[in-house]
Amino acid sequence: MNRNMPKDVANKDQALDRRDERIRHDDGLPGALRSFVNRVRSGDLGMLPVAVGLIVISIVFSILNPVFLAPNNLVNLLFDCATVGILSLGIVCVLLLGEIDLSVGSMSGLSSAIIGVLWVNSGLPVVIAIFAALVTGALIGALYALMYNRLGMPSFVATLAGLLALLGLQLYILGPTGSINLPYASPLVRFGQILVMPDWISHGLALMPGLVMVMVGFAVRKRRRSANLSTQPLTILLGKAAALTVSLEFAVYYLNLGRGVPWMFGLLVALVIVLNYALTKTQWGRSIFAVGGNREAARRSGINVRRIYLSAFMLCSTLAALGGILSASRLASSSQQAGTGDVNLNAIAAAVIGGTSLFGGRGSAYSALLGIIVIQAISNGLTLLNLNSSLRYMITGAVLAIAVIVDSLARRSRLSHGRA
Amino acid sequence: MVQEHRANPEKGNPILRLTGISKNFGAVSALTDIDLEVQSGEVVALVGDNGAGKSTLIKILAGVHQPSSGRIEFCGQPVSLDSPSRALELGIATVFQDLALCENLDVVANLFLGHELSPWNLDEVAMEVRAWTLLKELAARIPSVREPVASLSGGQRQTVAIARSLLLDPKIIMLDEPTAALGVAQTAEVLNLIERVRDRGLGVIIISHNMEDVRAVADRIVVLRLGRNNGVFRPDASNQELVASITGATENSVSRRLDRRTGHNGLNGSAT
Ligand SMILES: Nc1ncnc2c1ncn2[C@@H]1O[C@H](COP(=O)(O)OP(=O)(O)OP(=O)(O)O)[C@@H](O)[C@H]1O
Ligand SMILES: [Mg+2]
Repeated sequence: MNRNMPKDVANKDQALDRRDERIRHDDGLPGALRSFVNRVRSGDLGMLPVAVGLIVISIVFSILNPVFLAPNNLVNLLFDCATVGILSLGIVCVLLLGEIDLSVGSMSGLSSAIIGVLWVNSGLPVVIAIFAALVTGALIGALYALMYNRLGMPSFVATLAGLLALLGLQLYILGPTGSINLPYASPLVRFGQILVMPDWISHGLALMPGLVMVMVGFAVRKRRRSANLSTQPLTILLGKAAALTVSLEFAVYYLNLGRGVPWMFGLLVALVIVLNYALTKTQWGRSIFAVGGNREAARRSGINVRRIYLSAFMLCSTLAALGGILSASRLASSSQQAGTGDVNLNAIAAAVIGGTSLFGGRGSAYSALLGIIVIQAISNGLTLLNLNSSLRYMITGAVLAIAVIVDSLARRSRLSHGRA
Repeated sequence: MVQEHRANPEKGNPILRLTGISKNFGAVSALTDIDLEVQSGEVVALVGDNGAGKSTLIKILAGVHQPSSGRIEFCGQPVSLDSPSRALELGIATVFQDLALCENLDVVANLFLGHELSPWNLDEVAMEVRAWTLLKELAARIPSVREPVASLSGGQRQTVAIARSLLLDPKIIMLDEPTAALGVAQTAEVLNLIERVRDRGLGVIIISHNMEDVRAVADRIVVLRLGRNNGVFRPDASNQELVASITGATENSVSRRLDRRTGHNGLNGSAT
């Protein structure tokens, strides 16, 4: 059937995906670098803004106040990252669909109030209080999805209404006192304030990503080779794994000079890894990207679009509820202030700064993790400088605006470079 | 207006039968009282002017639109095609005029969208191998199946959309202007492909404005005009007859143009 294409016959011994002579194959280390530069130029920025941002932030703040890079300050920073980072993880799910949830802050506040009221005031077991908070989150997410799917209400409006309504509910169930203290000695509060991993566990865990990368990499290479497809060069695989392991081990070593790696941060990382697997390796994740990229095309491919929206909104609100539980444990209280202020915007900004597009169809679970580290680093640095919240709000607002501008410009560039 | 067709051992039982299908978009009646039958091992060409309702009819069969009234029988059973997934389940595959691909996903992801291999741990290697095989069958010129579809040319995208329709072993394939953006070799491959699937006993509905392509593969030519059935022809019907039926008048812009160019010789030799 390829009579008209003699070149294909000549290339028979080449890998299945390497027979078109027009495409430049970026093999080896120089090739990998070149394709990275090309990707960035065409607007496929990936994690680059985060990396640059983190370096700039570290330099600026450590010049202004050397305490910023002290191990124990970084440990504190990771504690703070965990609560909002989990909200941000939920935001990633809805942003991938091209939707938004503006009520994650209120949802987390409500969930923290539920913990205080059910656990401390009503004396129920803490597990039941946690369960109730999570179920509330799931139900509210389902409500948003229902309003979107059945009534065609834009998620922007539905969740804006939710922002106010949930805040009201939080104030209502907290009652006139407005604040409930959680018992300091309880495991939940210790988890949010002091529990860190023993050194051997944190060092062991830091080895895992590199190991898994190499193992999976070898398995994939073997399968691709036997299927006559091109394979990633071994040097790149091993180089990446080595670089990853060295940087993680160094980070862990440095944090262990202080109090160590918080378990709560470990929970955030675990959730990020699970969500990353779900988004990249399952049919559900593929459908999320498809619906975010072209809703009608996804529908015509037989994807149940409504169910995808339902799952994403439910996941987002449930994660927000979990974030609220953690913030209650971090502050050892359920208060009227929980989830208010800049929590909402920080969660959204983190996802966008990390590289998840506001326009849907692009992003990753890791963007929540990296983005929240940037956001918390800024807020932590500003606190160290004794700047009050008025300035903090203005600066965070400006950072969000910059992140959105970068996102829009990158999208425009991608469109003109055919990378959508 | 003849109903008989070329002898073919595998044909005979109707796969799809539409009776009295109508579709209104608000005040516009895009389709009125359409009847259509497709048998296994048969290629039916659907022709008509722009806006005649061809794509609307295809979309009803694909489950994208619901008919306002009428009856659809699939393999002898009355069915309601209330969603695209229902149509795909029954074995009705469609290549849409607007292609309906996700630009942010790569070629492999688009081919398998909604029907990925091993849903809980996607088998990318198997999917990629199958993608290359399918694309080779269509003589596709696609440099890499791991680039986002946004980076492909119009014809390459069309090939991807056609390849996708073959993936699920359908009983009937509907192609809405499949060759509109294709090169010479690729058009020939698509026509070959249509003949191959016909010989495998599948039903094919093809929409095209290219009468040469239509004549080359169709067993029957069904004409729609302003949303109504306007005649059924054999592929050897004369151009004049077809054009008259499509435009609704023997005296039309096409005939006038021909007359002008041939000096009133009434040329229609290409038909036979
Ligand atoms: N979603 C819609 N909403 C409203 N009107 C529609 C819609 N889709 C199609 N129509 C109308 O239905 C009629 C038939 O359109 P259709 O797309 O089926 O034409 P077609 O025969 O495929 O034309 P073409 O050859 O240009 O592709 C047109 O008048 C069009 O305006
Ligand atoms: Mg059409």
